[in-house]
Amino acid sequence: MTDKQPIVVMKGITIEFPGVKALDGVNLRLFPGEVHALMGENGAGKSTMIKALTGVYKIDAGSITVDGKPTQLNGTLDAQNAGIATVYQEVNLCTNLSIGENVMLGHEKRGPFGIDWKKTHAEARKHLAKMGLDHLNPRAPLSSISIAMQQLVAIARAMVIDAKVLILDEPTSSLDANEVQDLFAIMRKVRDSGVAILFVSHFLDQIYEITDRLTILRNGQFIKEVMTKETPRDELIGMMIGKSAAELSQIGAKKARREIKPGEKPVVTIKQLGRKGQIEPTNQDVYAGEVVGFAGLLGSGRTELGRLMFGADKPDHGEYMLNGKKVNIDSPYVALKNGIAYSTENRRDEGIVADLTVRQNMLIALQAIRGMFNPIPKKEADEIVDKYMKELNVRPPDPNKLIKNLSGGNQQKVLIARWLAIQPKLLILDEPTRGIDIGAKAEIQQKVLELAAEGMGVVFISSELEEVVRLSDTITVLKDHKKIADIVNDDTVSQATIVETIANSGKEA
Amino acid sequence: MSSAAVTPKAEKAKGGKFDAQMIPTIAAVVIFILMLIMGQVLFGTYFRLGFISSLFIDHAYLIILAVAMTLPILTGGIDLSVGAIVAITAVVGMKMLNGGTPAPLVLVVMLLIGAAFGLLAGVLIEEFNMQPFIATLSTMFLARGIASIISTDSLTMPANNGYAWIGGEGWKIIDNPKIANDLSINLGVIIAIVVVVFGYILLHHTRTGRTIYAIGGSRSSAELMGLPVKRTQYVIYLTSATLAALASIVYTANIGSAKNTVGVGWELDAVASVVIGGTIITGGFGYVLGSVLGALVRSILEPLTTDFGVPAEAVQIVVGVMILIFVVLQRAVTAFKKE
Amino acid sequence: MAAAEKKDDKNNVVAKLLGNNLTWSVVALIALIIICTIVDHQFLNLSWNDNTGGLAGPLITMLQESARYLMIATGMTLVISTAGIDLSVGSVMAVAGATAMQLLTNGTNVWVAILVALAIGLVIGSVNGVLVSILGLQPFITTLIMMLAGRGIAKVITSGENTDASQVAGGEPLRWMANGFILGIPANFVIALVIVIAVGLVSRKTAMGMMIESVGINQEASRMTGINPRKILFLVYAISGVLAAIAGLFATASVMRVDVVKTGQDLEMYAILAVVIGGTSLLGGKFSLAGSALGAVIIAMIRKTIITLGVDSAATPAFFAAVVIIICVMQAPKVHNLSAELKRKRALKDSQKAVAA
Repeated sequence: MTDKQPIVVMKGITIEFPGVKALDGVNLRLFPGEVHALMGENGAGKSTMIKALTGVYKIDAGSITVDGKPTQLNGTLDAQNAGIATVYQEVNLCTNLSIGENVMLGHEKRGPFGIDWKKTHAEARKHLAKMGLDHLNPRAPLSSISIAMQQLVAIARAMVIDAKVLILDEPTSSLDANEVQDLFAIMRKVRDSGVAILFVSHFLDQIYEITDRLTILRNGQFIKEVMTKETPRDELIGMMIGKSAAELSQIGAKKARREIKPGEKPVVTIKQLGRKGQIEPTNQDVYAGEVVGFAGLLGSGRTELGRLMFGADKPDHGEYMLNGKKVNIDSPYVALKNGIAYSTENRRDEGIVADLTVRQNMLIALQAIRGMFNPIPKKEADEIVDKYMKELNVRPPDPNKLIKNLSGGNQQKVLIARWLAIQPKLLILDEPTRGIDIGAKAEIQQKVLELAAEGMGVVFISSELEEVVRLSDTITVLKDHKKIADIVNDDTVSQATIVETIANSGKEA
Repeated sequence: MSSAAVTPKAEKAKGGKFDAQMIPTIAAVVIFILMLIMGQVLFGTYFRLGFISSLFIDHAYLIILAVAMTLPILTGGIDLSVGAIVAITAVVGMKMLNGGTPAPLVLVVMLLIGAAFGLLAGVLIEEFNMQPFIATLSTMFLARGIASIISTDSLTMPANNGYAWIGGEGWKIIDNPKIANDLSINLGVIIAIVVVVFGYILLHHTRTGRTIYAIGGSRSSAELMGLPVKRTQYVIYLTSATLAALASIVYTANIGSAKNTVGVGWELDAVASVVIGGTIITGGFGYVLGSVLGALVRSILEPLTTDFGVPAEAVQIVVGVMILIFVVLQRAVTAFKKE
Repeated sequence: MAAAEKKDDKNNVVAKLLGNNLTWSVVALIALIIICTIVDHQFLNLSWNDNTGGLAGPLITMLQESARYLMIATGMTLVISTAGIDLSVGSVMAVAGATAMQLLTNGTNVWVAILVALAIGLVIGSVNGVLVSILGLQPFITTLIMMLAGRGIAKVITSGENTDASQVAGGEPLRWMANGFILGIPANFVIALVIVIAVGLVSRKTAMGMMIESVGINQEASRMTGINPRKILFLVYAISGVLAAIAGLFATASVMRVDVVKTGQDLEMYAILAVVIGGTSLLGGKFSLAGSALGAVIIAMIRKTIITLGVDSAATPAFFAAVVIIICVMQAPKVHNLSAELKRKRALKDSQKAVAA
């Protein structure tokens, strides 16, 4: 390996945003014919690093060398010209155009009368075939193929420029196991043709399956570059979160399970509740004081079920019972009125109201169910805000700051306060700890347990099996828009139990 | 490792032949034909060659404006300044002609004025993040205001101006013995046809055209794909404004006079043409030929409403309702497609 | 120590004042008045007119004219706050004015005429509201259509005439509304001010204002908090329709004549400008009714200035367009970032120097 020359060398990369150093002297080397993974927790600086390499962000210090030449990257076009192609987590193609047009956009074959579509489509077919996608009709609309397939088309598109470097930013997050294997097949093809691949994924299994080399980042700092084969998992995790393996096993002892007494009535029961294309008809009980974990991969239907239970999407099937009484939850307003709250996984787009203050963000749901023209008395409002600022330890402790100026973790706390302010009987938390720092994470996990102990029913949705297993009383496992198992979370249950459940369910079917 | 590993799932193209998004365009064709037939059956003049000829000659400007408006709307933008650009270029053109400036120079100046407003709109949209409708609303007021400053009189073309031939009688292709029933064409119509061909080639056979569609599909995707989004946006607003100036030339040559109030509301006629022709108001889907069809529907509305005895005041309402119906139809189709 | 703190406080107050849009609006207003006074030394003169029972003078006519802008700017502020726009206000003015004048000439009781005019404004606003909120159409295209159709409706109401009700008996209350005085101050200005304050109180003392802003900032997040964004959107367009109708009454009642082409023409631009001057972003979110009200008065003052300076009134739209462009350019993130970027660069250099040292 030592004889190889890196194709890209990024040295001492520093990027500053107002008030924070997103990257501080980070190094990265990409070798031809290798898959290189950028590792780190959320907020470690992975996506900033990628944006520096794709020319989206300008670097404040450091150097980028491509093919031995120092390179300035101002904009995506520069990066493309330097032979760096990128495929993002969300498919960045145009669904209003055909597959072939998407592949060839900006590289159409031209004849004497402008674009020669025959040649262009033939060329598109060639590029698709290179990726083993020869069964796709380039003239078919992009919207006619699945998201997973679109992701593969995006790779074909990226490779049209004969890229030397291919960046894949969390391409697997919405793919199922088979689709991931398709993707890996293509990645191996591309790698074997001598391209350097930079791969980002949160799934450790995938990292160990496909990558050759790892660069670990933490809090915007460069930690280490290692070979995948020579690095055990616990060591890798330790480097990512800054704790040794021994320390890791310390945190997160499982909580004692809340036993459901015979004859006890659930707070919420759904019967065959479903919505076409999102989640198949599902039964679910949630008891007072119980934490129900929803586990499953992205796209398994875990979020869809949560949204349905909140009325964020209208169910087209089934019944909803609240304390044994039938209710019709068809909008968030009705849900909140009935004491059901849902904290979204998409904090930025569906959670915070960025330009309002922390105080307004905390009170807005309570205000909405009281009615527009029935303002919350100032004294009551003060008490509520004061209580939750303290209880949830919101930093900085100034309720009149705009919520957009808070860190992710503190925004999350404010949102949880918003839902607690309506004193819900059922609180659905979708990925409440995603993308926030470890301190806030622990505080939120602690709060979930406290709330359950006080008698609230909690649905805890998370992609991190570890916290689901640790916090839940029962675990609902979902896959392919369907509930596949209810697991009573006793001492015999571990992350492995859930992984096996998900893996085995496909085989039976 | 081969293609066999790829899951054979949802790969087949949807229907292929029929696309729900075609419904508004088909509706426009049907409406146009129905309007023609209705006019013929009730008033007996609509199939006459003379009628068809004057429909094209009198509305060549609208066809040009419809093509111009198609570009920004395809990206999800809009150019509200086209009517006002017609006004300012018309007023300036007439002033210059009356001042004895040679016609070719006048034409060039008019086109340059249009281009200048397009450039300004482009700068406001791309450099200062103004929404297209606000930016072009501003340039619309600016253009109309400057036109009013230059003159509020009705300006007539001087005799022997070397300009009017663009919109003149033209040539008779079929010379019928009956009066006013010749199939004729003039340079204005030819210019309109050339513009349509230009629009078609631009959109379907150049990379700029494909970028326009890509922006309409998703601007951020287009940017991440490394397409020259910014440059294309400039091209769009420059083209639409310059074509508006061209429409002004064709129109004034045909009418022989100009006033600062000419072209009031034409931006809406152009929007109506584009929308009726099947271009989605939110961008990403549509075609120039549809807009031409829309312009014809809009054009035939006038004689039809007159023949029906609808007061001229109400035509605006009819146009408004038509745009509304088509926009709602688009919305329904888009929602249906999502399902 | 204490003194230093006090000085800091003082600096803060100054900085706050300088950063406040209202301050700059007031400065602009005063500057315009000064310019006018220099050109026309009589500009600040106020006299008492016994015939009308009110003050007279250039400033007073300016206030009289500002009443209509206050109305449409208030409606426009709420609409823009939801990240929308209402381009139909000018046409609604024409429709409302046409309705009132036509009814008066037909011999209808003046109060009925006023109520019907307001009701029609409400109906048009509600139609806008339904199209935007329930059908989900883009606000600018919806209200653009209504701007076109509204002119047509006004013309249909008057059969294309410019209906003149000045000779009709019984129109006094309407006439007073536009030309009368309350305690010496123009009645229409007082009425407009009362309405602005009422809207301000309702929006800020209840949760209406916050909910409007919330919908404008993030519609989906608002829905998830139990707010019904459709209701809010419908509400703001309906309010804007009614207020535009009042503006239409002000505009036509001053001469008791509607001009179906000119009444309310270009006024959507004035309203947008007033809102922008007032510091409400065209992208929606936080709004300031006080800012917009001041903006409306500034618009009237700019028009007065144009007349005082003897500039051709035909230049007005071009002038306003230029002002909008300048303000939008100044608000553009690029210009803001420019100064932030410079600061960042400087700070970076400083820190590098510090490291080197």
